[in-house]
Parts: sequence; structure tokens; C-alpha cells
Amino acid sequence: MSNFDNIWQSHKTIISFTIMAILLLFVGFNQSWALVLGIFNLCLISAIMALGVNIQWGYAGLFNVGIMGFAALGGISVILISQQPVAEAIEVGGFKMLFALLLGAITIITGVLLNRKGYNKWLIALVVIIGYLATRYYFSNAADLIEKVNPAKTGYLGGLGMHVMFSWIVGGLAAAGAAWSIGKITLGLRADYLAIATLGIAEIILYVIKNEDWFVRGVKNVAGLSRPVPYEVNLQNSVWFQDMVSWIHSSSLELLPLADQTAQLSQYVRASSVIFVKLCYSGLFITILVVMIVLANLALDSPWGRKVRAIRDNEVAASAMGKDITRQHLQIFVIGSAIVGVAGALLVTYNGIFIPTSYQPLRFTFLIWVMVIVGGSGNNLGSVIGAFMIWFLWIQSGPMGLWVVDVISNFTEEGNTITEFLEDRVHFLRYILMGSVLLMVMRFTPGGILPEKNKEL
Amino acid sequence: MSSDSIDIINAFALLTNFVILPALSYGSQLALGALAVTLVYSVLRFSNFAQGDSMAFGTMIVILLTWFMINQGWTISGIPTALLVIPVAIIGTAIYLLSMDRLVYKFYRRVKAKSITIVMASIGVMFVTGGLVRFILGPRPQIFADGERFIFSVREFKAFTGLEQGIALKTSQFLTVTIAILLVAFVFYFLQKTKTGKAMRAYSDNKELALLSGIDPDKVVTVTWLLVASLTTIAGALYGLDKGFTPQQYHLLLLPIFASVIVGGIGSPLGAIAGAFLIAFSEVLLTYAYKKFLIYLLPLSMHPTSLVQLIGTEYKYAISFVILVIVLLIRPTGIFKGKVLVDE
Repeated sequence: MSNFDNIWQSHKTIISFTIMAILLLFVGFNQSWALVLGIFNLCLISAIMALGVNIQWGYAGLFNVGIMGFAALGGISVILISQQPVAEAIEVGGFKMLFALLLGAITIITGVLLNRKGYNKWLIALVVIIGYLATRYYFSNAADLIEKVNPAKTGYLGGLGMHVMFSWIVGGLAAAGAAWSIGKITLGLRADYLAIATLGIAEIILYVIKNEDWFVRGVKNVAGLSRPVPYEVNLQNSVWFQDMVSWIHSSSLELLPLADQTAQLSQYVRASSVIFVKLCYSGLFITILVVMIVLANLALDSPWGRKVRAIRDNEVAASAMGKDITRQHLQIFVIGSAIVGVAGALLVTYNGIFIPTSYQPLRFTFLIWVMVIVGGSGNNLGSVIGAFMIWFLWIQSGPMGLWVVDVISNFTEEGNTITEFLEDRVHFLRYILMGSVLLMVMRFTPGGILPEKNKEL
Repeated sequence: MSSDSIDIINAFALLTNFVILPALSYGSQLALGALAVTLVYSVLRFSNFAQGDSMAFGTMIVILLTWFMINQGWTISGIPTALLVIPVAIIGTAIYLLSMDRLVYKFYRRVKAKSITIVMASIGVMFVTGGLVRFILGPRPQIFADGERFIFSVREFKAFTGLEQGIALKTSQFLTVTIAILLVAFVFYFLQKTKTGKAMRAYSDNKELALLSGIDPDKVVTVTWLLVASLTTIAGALYGLDKGFTPQQYHLLLLPIFASVIVGGIGSPLGAIAGAFLIAFSEVLLTYAYKKFLIYLLPLSMHPTSLVQLIGTEYKYAISFVILVIVLLIRPTGIFKGKVLVDE
């Protein structure tokens, strides 16, 4: 027994990643390779997101309850950067909207400046209210004009028409900007103020996205986003791809009579094109994840990392050594949120569609937290394994729940109220499952699967 | 209404019906929730993120019991059945909250965990609770109000006063305000005058000293959760009677409740109540369309054509957030100077 324990202790990382790989391969052999690649890619995106959260929580103890909002900011930047601009809408209301937004910005800046100069509070309030009313007047005017342009297909301004990869950086910057303003207000105050403020900002970001149709079409979704990888149809028609597929499957094709070979080949080509596209995405995501992990680990080993850990473990001592804690926290909060923003952009790029209603706190905030805690907070590889395990559990718990209901319904009569009730509600058990996983790990193995190695000891 | 005259009385009646009464009842509901958060915060020393979903849990019990009572025909005409089952529902919520305390929070108290760790645990509890409510009742809206809908309706009011604009007093509004006043009075009396209440305040002010003088910490914690359960269930039930029940809506109540607590000054019960009414009135005042109101007050030539609404109703949760941000920027201690600004 202690022998096993020793092996586990010394090779935890390898063992846990091997187990995960076996699980994925198992699904691949039993269900389908397209499915397993789909799970794998989402695991990778979740791992990037979890890495961002781990930097905030594991490095600095900052509690971000608004991951959903930062991911959504990354998501909309894909639209704003990669979609083609809607010329007609810009002609009709673009400049009016720009003017309204400028007016709003001027109002806010004036308010802040007057406040800094120490003017009468009532005067500032008056200026801000007048500025707000003017902004709102021009704003709703412009929004109406833009939304009236072909509402069934566009009804928004569109994007800049640039390459989609550029939007990943912009997504990170957008999330970083939001994080900076939130952090500037709440960091340095009580630790839970940050939690409450991020919770609020995430909800508000989503309210804005859902209600402002002129911006990213609101709940009408934006589909057909451009891709950094080839399209399946183009692959199926390209000669080199067909050659490659026939080469891979040559042994099985030769067994068939010549008449069946073409039909079989086109079937193989169709199936392989889906897998090939997913593999391209996997390659991209793996590259990004590896670069980020290497950078994050280098940073953690540097003097900077030592400073960060010192602040986390004893704020008073660190501040006595002359470290500016609030500034450091702000920096880490911005970096972590930027990574979450990048991951949010990757997710929307991968899905090819932006669905505002899919942003649920359970899926985007809570699940990522469970990944970080289960994997081991403070350990970057830990959050990767946590992301893989929890996403796998999450994806598989849906079918598993339905399977259990199915088994129960075999024992009951047709149209039984209990089974109907269960079928309707079984997916809410995932809330309870994930909540319990988090509470259990926090309680019994607070270090997670791969605990942080204490470098100072 | 088409007349050119300025009609202050009708304008005021309009405002009372659509702004003052709704804001008063919404404020009372928030105040009870905020008071529960404040109690947990002062005695157990963490911000309870599970508050919104606990309210949903309490309301769920109320709804289930109400359906049962109506099915059995055990109702009293005129009185909402929900009111009759609240005491039983409080017991159910108390059992749930106490078992969560034993299963989850007690451990962190024992190891003296950082408050932010307990906050994270409370988020775990939030999802478990929310999942339970959605599993049992489903995510869809539920209506469980029965009995008389109005103490007096618009028509009765118009007939009585002869005014053009009527004021209706909904039973739920009347009950909310009355019960909230009674409950708050009870909580304050309890904290100020009874021995247990004094022990709670002592424990909240200085834990070590309180333990030294022989106060039983387990009793303090239990009593706190009992009070929290009563506040939570009653706040949830009243909110549901007033506006209907959806799990998601209760979950979102967390934001205005936290805003109330921080605006009022975290840890101060009086501040929580003041903050709740500030948030409620801001929400209702800013999302109300003033067109009709201005038509009564302004001469014909100045009548507005637009709705004259400052902020769309879809952004009402943003209002509490903006107020929260402004308070954090200008006066982070809150109106009533809460106790702590930085972690102890």
C-alpha cells in the first residue's frame, strides 16, 4: 500500500495525465473520434481559462466570481474584429453612435476630473446627469437607426473584417481593460469586495450584450464567424486531402470491389475532414496553452514570482518589506483576466457562433473554479489536469444522468410521472454534483490533485 | 387628463401607486435579506453568497406547503395560504441551513480559515442549493399567491376619493411592509435586550473575549442561523407573493442585497436596512417612465412625447451595481460607517 503511495507521490503529474489520456482514448474507441476531439478541444480551452483563474487565485488569492463576463468580452471581440462591417448600418448610424459614445466618455471623464479637483458634489452630479441624458438621447436614436437595417440578417454595425486570430489578442485586451477598472475600484479594500464587484460586472456585461442589439445583435446570435482553419467542404474538394485519406485507408479500401471504393472513399473523406479540422484547432490551442504555461511557470520561478507568493502568504510582512500590495494585486488580476479573455475568444472562434444566452454562471464561472480547486490551486499544471478531468466529468454527466433515468424507466410503466419528472430535471443535478465536488475537495484535499510545491522549503 | 391645468394631487397619486408603494415593499424585502447577510457577516465573519439561493430554498418550502394546504382545502378565506405555512417553512430552512453549517462552515471555523476561503465554500453551497431548488421545483416561474389580491383596489380608491388616478394597495405590499417592520423590530429587540442577543453581539465584537467570558460559541452560531433562516424564508416568501417566483430571479437578488449591505456599511444592521431602501428607491425611480406624471404637472405645451424613462427596466440590476461602485469610490465604509475596511 505504502509502495503505491510512494509511486503516486513521486509521479503524480505523469500518472494523472496518463489516466486522463486513457479515459479520452476509451471514449474515442467506444464512441467516436470526432466526439473525443471535441471534448479534447474544449478541455484545452477550459485549461487556458483555468490557468488565468489560477494565476489570480493561486498566485495572489484574488477571488474572481466574474469569469463569465471576461470570457464574454473575449467572445464579442471575435465578432467585432473578424466580422465584415455592415456598410449600410455604418452609413446610417455609425457616426451618430460614435458621437453618442464620445459624449458618454466625455461625461464620465468630466465627472472624474471634477471630483478630483474637489468641486461641490451636487455640481458634479448635475453635470453627470445632464451629460447622461444627452448621451442617452443620441444613443437611442443611433441604436434605432442601426437596428432597422436588415434586422433579420444584420441589424448591427458588424466588425472590422480583420483576421480572426487578431481578435484573440483584442479579447485579452478587452478583458484586461475591464479587470483594470474593477480592480482599481475594489482592490485594496476588503477581499470579498472584489468577489462581489466581479459578480456584478459579469452580469452587467451580459445584460449589455443581450439587450444592445446594435452592438452584437443581442439574443439573435451571430453565426458564421470566420475561422483560422480550413472549412470541411473545401477540404473534401481538395485533391491533396482526398489523396491523403485514400493513402491512410488504402489497406481497407483495397479489400472492397472497385465499384464500392469511390463511395467508401467519399464517406471516409467526409468523416476525416471533420477530424482534420478539429485536429487543426487542437494544434492551435495546444500551442497557445503550452506557451502560456511555460511563461507562467517561468514567471513563478523568477524574483517576481517570489514576491507574489510572499505577498500572498503574508501581506503584512511583504508590505513591511516595501512591496506595494495593491499594485501587485492589480497587475495579477489584469493578467489573469486577460488570459480568461483570450480563452473566451478561442471558445467563440471554435464554436463559430456567438450565443449570449449560453453564458451561464454555472458553466463559465463555477465550473472553472471547480477545475482550479480540484487540480490544485497555485500549480499551473494542476489547473490543466483539473480542467481536463472536470470538463470530462461535466460532458459525461449529462448522458450518464439520462442513462440512469433510462434504467429507472425500464422498471416503471410508460408515462410514469416520476420518470417524466426526472427526465425534465436531471440536468440540474449537475449543479449539485459540481457544488459537492468543490466542497469535498476544499474540505478533504485542499491542495487538489497536484498541490503547489512549496519552493521556499 | 387632456386638460391644461396642473394637477398635483393626481400626479402624486400616480407616483404613490407606481413608485412609492412598490419601492417600499421591494425595499422591505431587500432589507430582510440584507439583514440576514449582515448577521452572517458579523457573527460568522464571511459574506454569504448563498443568500439569494437560500431565499429561493425557503420560498420553495413555502410553495410546496401552500400547494399541499390548498389541495387539502385547509385555507382561510382572504388570507394568503403562504402566510400560514411560513412558520413551518422557517423550521425547514433552519434545518437546511444548520446542516450546511455543520457539514461545511464548521470546519473552516475550526481551522480558522481566511474569510475568502469561507466565501468560496458559500459559493459551493450556493450552487448546491440552487441545484436543489431547480431540481425540485423546476426552473420555470411559479405563482402561489391566493386570497384577496388587494386591500383596496384602484376602482374602490377612485370611487372613495373621486380622483382620476387611483392607488391600489396590494395585499402582498401591505403584508410585506407590516411583517418587515415587526420582524426588524423583533431582531433589534433580540440583539439589544435579550441575553442571547447580547452574547451574539459580544461574539461579533471580540470573539476571544466573548469565549473567555463563557459564551457558548455553538449556541451563538445556532441562534444566528435560526435568525437568518427566519429572515431568509420570510423575505423570500414576501418577494415571491409580490413578484412571483423564479429560481434565477432569486439568484440575481444577491447583487442588490450585497449592494444594500455595502452601501449601508457592512456589518451594521441599521445600515443594511437604510441601504436596502436606497437601492430599492433608486431602482424604481430610475426605471419608472415619467410621461404620465409630467403630463399632470406640466402645461399642455410642454407635454413630453417620449416615455421619459431614465434607464430601461432591463438594466435594473445594473443600478445597484453602479450605486455600489460609486459608494466604494467615494465612501468605502458605507453610509453608516461599517466596521471593517480591510481584512483583519
